Amino acid sequence: MAKQATPATRRAARSRPIRVLIAKPGLDGHDRGAKVLARALRDAGMEVIYTGLFQTPEMIARAAADEDVDVVGLSILSGAHNQLFPEIMGQLRRAGLDDVLVIAGGIIPKDDVPHLKALGIAAIFGPGTPLQEIVRFIREHAPTRESEE
Amino acid sequence: MTDLLERFRAGERRALARLLSHVENRTPFGIQAERELYPLTGRAHLIGITGPPGAGKSTLVAGLIREARRQSLTVAVLAVDPTSPVSGGAVMGDRIRMLDVQSDEGVFIRSVTGRGRGGGLAPALCAMAHVLDAFGFDLVLLETVGAGQDDVDVARLADTTVLVLVPGLGDGVQSLKAGTLEVADIFVVNKADLPGANQVVRDLQVMQRLMVGAAEQAPILSTVATTGEGIDQVLRAILEHRRQLESHGQLTERTQRRLLAEARYLALEALADQLDEVLETLPAEDRASLETRQLDPRTLAMRLIERLRLSFPASRS
Repeated sequence: MAKQATPATRRAARSRPIRVLIAKPGLDGHDRGAKVLARALRDAGMEVIYTGLFQTPEMIARAAADEDVDVVGLSILSGAHNQLFPEIMGQLRRAGLDDVLVIAGGIIPKDDVPHLKALGIAAIFGPGTPLQEIVRFIREHAPTRESEE
Repeated sequence: MTDLLERFRAGERRALARLLSHVENRTPFGIQAERELYPLTGRAHLIGITGPPGAGKSTLVAGLIREARRQSLTVAVLAVDPTSPVSGGAVMGDRIRMLDVQSDEGVFIRSVTGRGRGGGLAPALCAMAHVLDAFGFDLVLLETVGAGQDDVDVARLADTTVLVLVPGLGDGVQSLKAGTLEVADIFVVNKADLPGANQVVRDLQVMQRLMVGAAEQAPILSTVATTGEGIDQVLRAILEHRRQLESHGQLTERTQRRLLAEARYLALEALADQLDEVLETLPAEDRASLETRQLDPRTLAMRLIERLRLSFPASRS
C-alpha cells in the first residue's frame, strides 16, 4: 500500500469481524446454551452463524467451509462427544479447515477433556462458564487469515 | 495468492469460499480477483428474494433450491441478515431453514451481514454475486429483508425480483408505503393457508391496476413454503421472467442498467472515502470560521469537492 493507510483500508480492517459457526452435533434437542452464546458473541461484535439442531459432522464441516468461518463452536449435551468430535475434526480437516479455531461446550466430563484437546479442540467450556470468558478466549485465539494471503 | 484463483478456476469449493471473504472484505487481492473474474460472469440468473422479516423467505429459498435441483440447475444463495446497530455483530440463522439441501454439491449457501463495510451492503453483494456467477452457478439467489432504501436497491440489482408478502402485516396501505412493490417482477403471497391470504392477493390486484410499469403485469402467486405448495410455480415464473426479458430484447438494457448502478455505488463509495480523507486534513481555521459564521457549510462543501484528488482507491493500492 502506498503511503499511509487510507480511511477506506483502515475502515475495512476495522470492520472485519470474527466469523463463528455455532453447531449442535448429534441428537440432543437442547439449544438454549448455544443460543445464549450466539447472542453473547453477537453482542461482542462477531458474526455468528447458527445452524440449528441435529447436525451431522459432514453438515458442520460443509457449513464451516462454505461460510469461511474463523471459529467453530460445538455445543453438546448428549454425551456422544467422544464419538462425534473425532468425526467432526476429521471432516473439518478433509474440508481444508486446518486453521479454524474449534471450541466446545456442554456436558463434558473432566476425564474426557485431555483426549478431546489432543484432537485439536482448543478449549472446552463447562456449564457456568462466564460468557465473557468465552468471548475473551475467541478474541485471543481466533486466526486472522485475510492478511496472510 | 494466484494459487487461490487457480483453485477457484478449477472449481474448488473451498477456494470459492475463501475468495468470497476476500471480495466481501475488499482486500487488495479480492479487488484484483474481482477484476480478473469479471469476464467469466454474465451467465447466471440473478434472483432477488425480498420481503419483510418472518415472511418465510428462507423457507421459500429452500423450496426453490429443491425445485431447481430437480431440474439439475445449480444454485448459490447469499442470505443477508441484519446487523446489530449497537455491537455490529449478527446472528444468522437462514441455514436452519435450508438443512436438507446443504450437503448437495450443486448448492452453495453463504450468510452475509448487513454490516457497514466501508460502504453499503449492495456493492458487497454485487461483488459476491459476480464471484458465484464466475464459479458457474446457474442461479444466484440474493435473499434480503425488504425494508429500507438499501434493500430496495438490492432488489434492483437482480435480473428477477421476487417480493414475498404474508397475511397479517397490516392492510393494503402498508404495501403502498413499502416502496418495494414497484421493483417486484413476481409477487409471492406466502403462508397462503393462513386467514387473510386471499385479501393480500386482492390488495395486490387492486394495486396493480393503479400501477404503471413492470409491476403492472407481475404474476401474483400463492405458496405455503413449509409444505412446498406452489413453489414449482414460483420457479417456473422466475425462469419465465428472464426468458420473456430475453425474447423482448429487454435483458441487455436491464443488465446494463444493473451494472451501471453497481458502478455508481462503487464510485460513490470511493468519493465518500476521499471526502473523509479531505475532512481529516481540514485546517483548523476552516472549522473555526464555520462556527464564527464567517464561512457557510455550502461554500466549504464546494471547497472540499475542489480538494478531492479524484482517483479510485483500488487503482492506487
